[in-house]
Amino acid sequence: MAAHLSYGRVNLNVLREAARKELREFLDRCAGSKAIVWDEYLTGPFGLIAQYSLLKEHEVEKMFTLKPGSLPPADVKNIIFFVRPKLEIMDIIAGNVKSEVKQRSHRDFHILFVPRRSLLCEQRLEEQGVLGSFINIDQYILDLIPYDGDLLSMESESAFRECYLENDQTSLYHAAKGLMTLQALYGTIPQIYGKGECARHVANMMLRMKREFAGSQNQILPVFDTLLLLDRNVDLLTPLATQLTYEGLIDEIYGITNGYAKLPPEKFIQKKQGEGGKDLPTEPKKLQLNSAEELYAEIRDKNFNAVGAVLSKKAKIISAAFEERHNAKTVGEIKQFVSQLPHMQAARSSLANHTSIAELIKDITTSEAFFDNLTVEQEFMTGVDTDKVNTYIEDCIAQKDPLIKILRLVCMQSVCNNGLKQKVLDYYKREILQTYGYEHILTLNNLEKAGLLKLQTNARNNYPTIRKTLKLWMDDVNEQNPNDISYVYSGYAPLSVRLAQILVRPGWRSIEEVLKMLPGPHFEERQQLPSGLHKKRENRTTLIFFLGGVTYAEIAALRFLSQMEEGGTEYIIASTKLINGTSWIKSLMDKLEAPPF
Amino acid sequence: MIRGKGDEEDYWNSSKFKAFTFDDDDEFSQLKESKKAVNSIQTLVDDDDDDDEDDVEKVGWNGEPVGSISLSIKETASRNRMSATDQELGFPKIETTMQNLSLSKQGSNYSLSSLFKGDYIHIYLCQYYCECVGEIPSRHFAPELRKPKSHFFLFFVMQTYTLEDFRALRDKMLLLDEAVQLHNGNVITAVKILFRELESRQVALRHFIHYLKEMEELKLLNELLKYAVFSLPFSAEDAGFVQDHYTLLERQIIIEKTGQVEVFKKNPRKAAILDMPIITTLYYSCFYHYGESEGTYSSPGSIKKTFKLSDKQYLLTALGARAKLKAWKDVDSLFVTKNWLGYTQKKAPIGFHKVVDILHKNNAPDTVIQEYICLVDDTDLKLNLAMKYKCHDIIINVSTDFGCFMCVCECAEVIKII
Repeated sequence: MAAHLSYGRVNLNVLREAARKELREFLDRCAGSKAIVWDEYLTGPFGLIAQYSLLKEHEVEKMFTLKPGSLPPADVKNIIFFVRPKLEIMDIIAGNVKSEVKQRSHRDFHILFVPRRSLLCEQRLEEQGVLGSFINIDQYILDLIPYDGDLLSMESESAFRECYLENDQTSLYHAAKGLMTLQALYGTIPQIYGKGECARHVANMMLRMKREFAGSQNQILPVFDTLLLLDRNVDLLTPLATQLTYEGLIDEIYGITNGYAKLPPEKFIQKKQGEGGKDLPTEPKKLQLNSAEELYAEIRDKNFNAVGAVLSKKAKIISAAFEERHNAKTVGEIKQFVSQLPHMQAARSSLANHTSIAELIKDITTSEAFFDNLTVEQEFMTGVDTDKVNTYIEDCIAQKDPLIKILRLVCMQSVCNNGLKQKVLDYYKREILQTYGYEHILTLNNLEKAGLLKLQTNARNNYPTIRKTLKLWMDDVNEQNPNDISYVYSGYAPLSVRLAQILVRPGWRSIEEVLKMLPGPHFEERQQLPSGLHKKRENRTTLIFFLGGVTYAEIAALRFLSQMEEGGTEYIIASTKLINGTSWIKSLMDKLEAPPF
Repeated sequence: MIRGKGDEEDYWNSSKFKAFTFDDDDEFSQLKESKKAVNSIQTLVDDDDDDDEDDVEKVGWNGEPVGSISLSIKETASRNRMSATDQELGFPKIETTMQNLSLSKQGSNYSLSSLFKGDYIHIYLCQYYCECVGEIPSRHFAPELRKPKSHFFLFFVMQTYTLEDFRALRDKMLLLDEAVQLHNGNVITAVKILFRELESRQVALRHFIHYLKEMEELKLLNELLKYAVFSLPFSAEDAGFVQDHYTLLERQIIIEKTGQVEVFKKNPRKAAILDMPIITTLYYSCFYHYGESEGTYSSPGSIKKTFKLSDKQYLLTALGARAKLKAWKDVDSLFVTKNWLGYTQKKAPIGFHKVVDILHKNNAPDTVIQEYICLVDDTDLKLNLAMKYKCHDIIINVSTDFGCFMCVCECAEVIKII
């Protein structure tokens, strides 16, 4: 049981347990002692499903990373490859198997494809002449991985790129499959709303898949009342803006992968009395970040400016708690104090960690560069001077600031202006290519294709209308005690979350005009529930699925909505990937192969 | 050397590699156009001999720099001659193609990927070509190859879903091989044939790009942008950028060979100038080749002119470079202009406050910084800069001018006069 998954209204442990069960079954099919050879990319997501302890229970004695050449020695009967269905990986496996065969080690080989088997890969193995050596070839369908009590992700890095650049809808198919799995475990979802082309595709696929199972009725009481499918390209602006929640900033600056963040170690050294200058650790400090940590759960979704107050209050509480030892007089009281000690020590170390992290972040948020960047972002979001070349961007290019920073700003200007004028676009393009190199011409082309950086057409700029109607910019934002989701960007309310908010009350019919301005169709579908199971009026749960990526700030905003009113809608968030502006733009960049000079 | 039309036939017939002819089969009249294009390129190709040996990328089968590609092609071509002669006119039979072009890496002595591995790969441009091809239907076959050296290869492998198409794919690949042999490693325009095919299968085009990435076996290649295919339908602006890139690479190669010895010794460079962006190239030029006349290829002036860089860009870059070298006189002369009265004055298209920042970053001495702070027009800005960089004289002067006694006191405290 993973502690952090049981906090929400929906017990995502059920999903996790189902995944673990499948894994156990596969391991048992390969009887005897085993060694697992891992595709490195999978170790992260798998870590969220099963720890080594589970594997050990099923006779997994050794674990290796997949590398070309020959396998390290291991005294096991079975070798199992846990890999993605990629051709280059097949070649490495073939190499491994052949070298093993040469050594005449008489071992059994198996492959577990994650998430699906692939004919192309098996064909490749056959061409290499090793297909026959494998006894069990199976697939482990890992679509939606639970990251937290209310968060699921497919961790599909290329989903946005595939859907919007390459017109490849494979990831949408996987999303639909993942949703079918969810429905099998948590009941049919009676209402489906969606906005966007990809949303429409996913909904169609779901309905078609449901028809294939016509006959068998799902008798589980539905946990989810509504499914909301949203295309990322309905709201291109939100991921471009710098997130200002605590978790959002950690992701922006250091990156959070699979629930872990790697931080510079200097501030995490424990100062022990009497010890001189110890050697500074060079390894970055790896911290796990999820809601199992009480303090983190409290501050993660707050605006960063409100975090300091919480930390200082907590510090006072913890000091007071430790001071209690002076008050403990009787043996009984001392015993009670001692029993609470571990919890208090954990709280103190947690506080120390987060105070260090907050200090690191504060160094950056108080810097001039951060302030200037944020100012320009907010100017664009409020529609100031979006049709001219921006001098701050010009200066940054001249100083050769990181390219992704430039691209985020330029794309933001384009989105907020519904496209840039020819002169402005050409100027930016020219400056960027001349300063960073002509090889980025393809990246710029990709950004244009994705709609992030485009030429202004004769159509009117709709953004101001959308902004006013949906109240995307709130001047009177209160960062300490927010009353609106706009606190996550200190003034800007994420468009996607606003749409979700309006769907519940007063409904999308009231914003028909605005919806038409946003790309893609919007729709509503209903799925038949077996008789006897009825919809709830209160305490509704909505599963909101972002097709193309979701940011931590949007997650924070949705959590804010969940706890805003008693008996209101609670949100469970799913996505193809957890993104931030940097990783998102990076996925759209095309890399050049290094020349062999 | 321009060849007459009559020479073309001689060339075709006298070439060692006779295995493939375009003429005889009516079915392949569509190839005539490409043949024309191919032949017109032939004339330009003869410039080969004039060019420097250094410019040729020498790579071997496994990517290590060994002999020239053309040499390698000849070797393998002769090996494949056997199978080639057995073929009928037109597209060769499937069986042969399978042998030659088996996608497995094992035992493929003529796998196209190994042929081009180690070449300077510019996949992005090729991908870009892909994108363009999908969108624009008409082909322009007007090769304006500027300096087509030997190794330009751009070819596609198309993956479609029917078996017939798969065979056609093999056929086309063999066709490419033949073209390669014929031109001795020179420009392949047989690729244009593929473009035609791709035209009609735009959906497949997308899937194929995907498949290509998957396969990795046969990559999209383009060697040393010098050898671009201007016949490809680029959008107007992007074509300009691509053109600039070629010019830049050519220029960089030239610059690589020149240079003043003393400057290089004092400030050894960290990397070659090849493949660096244009602004970096300008910086390099201002650093190592400052003061050269505009006539030389490596002078900053010539670079500015050729690539039409703005005054602003030039100034910022030159300033940075000269400041780094602590050449304050040069920095000074960047700003001196004669106004219409004949007096010299200092002007800058960027604000002087930016100049001060750049100078400070390069550890300029206080006197120099002071000089430029004085040139800032805006008094508040001037004061701020002066305080930031601790130029007390200026603070005192400006403050007393405006009767700001407080500032003077603050400043005085700092330098402890009072």
